[in-house]
Amino acid sequence: MIEIDCVTKFYGSLRALHEVSLKPAPERTTVLIGPSGCGKSTMLRLIIGLIVPDAGTVRFEDRPIPAWNPYTLRHRMGYVIQDGGLFPHLTARDNVTLLARHLGWEAARIEERLTALGKLVHLPSDRLDDFPAQLSGGQQQRVGLMRALMLDPDVLLLDEPLGALDPMIRADLQADLRDIFRSLHKTVVMVTHDLGEAGFLGDEIILMRGGQIEQAGTLEDLVVRAASPFVEAFIHAQRSPLESIDTSVGE
Amino acid sequence: MNPRRYIAFLLACLFPLMAVAQRAISVGSKSFTENVILAEMATLVGREAGYEVIHRDQLGGTRILWNALLSGEIDVYPEYTGTLLQEILVGHRVRADALADTLASFGIKMTAPLGFNNTYAVGMREARAEALHIRTISDLRQHPELKFGFSNEFMDRGDGWPSLRDDYGLPQRDVRGIDHDLGYRGLVAGSIDALDLYSTDAEIAYYHLRALIDDRHHFPDYHAVFLYRADLADRAPAWVAALRRLSGAISNEAMVRMNARAKIEKVPENEIAADFLNTAFDRDVNITVSRTTRLSRFRHHTREHLYLVGISLLAAVLIALPLGIVAAKFRRTGQIILGITGVIYTIPSLALLVFMIPLLGIGGPPALVALFLYSLLPIVRNTHTGLHDISPALIESAEALGLTPWARLIHIELPLASRSILGGIKTSAVINAGTATLGALIGAGGYGQPILTGIRLDDVGLILEGAVPAALLALVLQLLFELSERWLVPRGLRIAPGD
Repeated sequence: MIEIDCVTKFYGSLRALHEVSLKPAPERTTVLIGPSGCGKSTMLRLIIGLIVPDAGTVRFEDRPIPAWNPYTLRHRMGYVIQDGGLFPHLTARDNVTLLARHLGWEAARIEERLTALGKLVHLPSDRLDDFPAQLSGGQQQRVGLMRALMLDPDVLLLDEPLGALDPMIRADLQADLRDIFRSLHKTVVMVTHDLGEAGFLGDEIILMRGGQIEQAGTLEDLVVRAASPFVEAFIHAQRSPLESIDTSVGE
Repeated sequence: MNPRRYIAFLLACLFPLMAVAQRAISVGSKSFTENVILAEMATLVGREAGYEVIHRDQLGGTRILWNALLSGEIDVYPEYTGTLLQEILVGHRVRADALADTLASFGIKMTAPLGFNNTYAVGMREARAEALHIRTISDLRQHPELKFGFSNEFMDRGDGWPSLRDDYGLPQRDVRGIDHDLGYRGLVAGSIDALDLYSTDAEIAYYHLRALIDDRHHFPDYHAVFLYRADLADRAPAWVAALRRLSGAISNEAMVRMNARAKIEKVPENEIAADFLNTAFDRDVNITVSRTTRLSRFRHHTREHLYLVGISLLAAVLIALPLGIVAAKFRRTGQIILGITGVIYTIPSLALLVFMIPLLGIGGPPALVALFLYSLLPIVRNTHTGLHDISPALIESAEALGLTPWARLIHIELPLASRSILGGIKTSAVINAGTATLGALIGAGGYGQPILTGIRLDDVGLILEGAVPAALLALVLQLLFELSERWLVPRGLRIAPGD
């Protein structure tokens, strides 16, 4: 479905990606992880056609992105960014339905979809008339997810969707996201910097470093069969809260 | 709104700008009292002769009146032979007896002199002149420390300050241009020692001034005449005949008295003109004029002022908003647009108004265009800033959503920039409300008209009659725009996070 083929991308003189190839599995969740500036967000922006590669090709359904009508392409992909990217001048309802109304959907159809999505992402219906500034961070992300899913796209792209949330809300949303991904069977590509989240949500984890893929596999592959000292270092840099507790006392 | 309808709407709104004033017979006058009284006389005899005559009063200085006469925007105005020889026709080297022939080559005719000679003079306060033993202009040579304040017109006319200085060898260095009517106050306050006088000025007696003797006969005669367009003899023959009957009818004393009634007794010029016509000529039915009330003047000026501010602002919004959008979308073009509107904004408002006269004549249209040009920068700049300051994450979200650029602009970008854009329009409106008072200088009317007349007549009440409503209008506009934020700025943008 999505194919990134030997893509190189520069921002000015800064090389964000270097000859990267990746084929996210259809209807599965692929998680991109790595340190800041490793090029993971660039991958999402290439897929949805916000930027074009300097070398190599990105394809969707075997057609290069530039050959697609950009609007058709984007209507088939949902995109959620860290702060939700909600438009502050529109209510939650209007944020979610903006595109559908613009495309001329009938009111009844919009309402039906809105209700279904509200149930899916666990957003209380009385929040729909609030403006983004009146919603909590978690609620904003739920609305952002509803907006991305409104047209029932084939692909869902999420760029650190939970990055700005506090841990309890984050855990809640992680669980909800996993349910949604599993029930909808969408091709999901998600960026995070949290290894636990990657392991919890991802069918496949892609660890990136300096614009290249360092290792791809399951969480177990990365932990048990680290391909390089960097992978090992990256995994051990993620501190578990439990390791700070002296467990030897009880033994 | 689709682009074609937008352009049609735009043209419809600009149409009033292009419509030139209707062709009625009109009299013009310069912005000083004697000229206004004479123009009132011309107006009254024209009406008496059965014509519909408009008096476009206090249009400005000689150049503006002369050009308006040549272009046919006015048909008649009072002028002085000295001004014709020394200023208007100064490059033509005309002899006094060939004046009528030279004027005819411009399609202009003049009546015989009206009787009085209003030549220039240099005046000082009687007491100060006496103390310094100054009787003649030559005596000024002994006092290089004296400060002169001459009317702006006098500063650069053929027989004005430069040639007066050269003729008499005057040593004074502190010489500044000042409005003639303000000059009297400067003289009384002691901030200047001498000014240029008209010999029929009412103030000479009122302020106890001494008109210095022109011992080298520098100043030519300034006989008052009416200038009129040659074609007027066909269009309004009875009026031309009536104007000609005024020749020789006004003595120096009569003119000084009329000036004094206007400036010191504050009698309206049209009443003075009617009284003179009624007493100087035998007539069956006296000419009567009605006094305008403060309220009717206020209504009239409000209408004119709102027209100036409203139309210019509307046109500015329709043009500046798209310009601001273009400026935000295309960086290089944007810099050019912001540069040009910025340069226009730095032109002094008075200069901009005067630049418009050769292009659009006098009256409403040039004032509208000048105000329009002034209004552009705040709106363009705020539109540009408002769009430019939208967070890149929101722009990217809108793009990734699959909205077309037009839909993004309408549904996302303009609403997000609305507060800034509205602020720009508010700035333009408030500035316009004040700047429009200058429109009176080129015959556009509005609240500037009573201010102009008030300065001329030294009448603070009249000045306030224009200044107070202009200031109030600015405040009201400010308030209206702040209220309109409730409707025009989306509610979501007015909610602080955490509410």
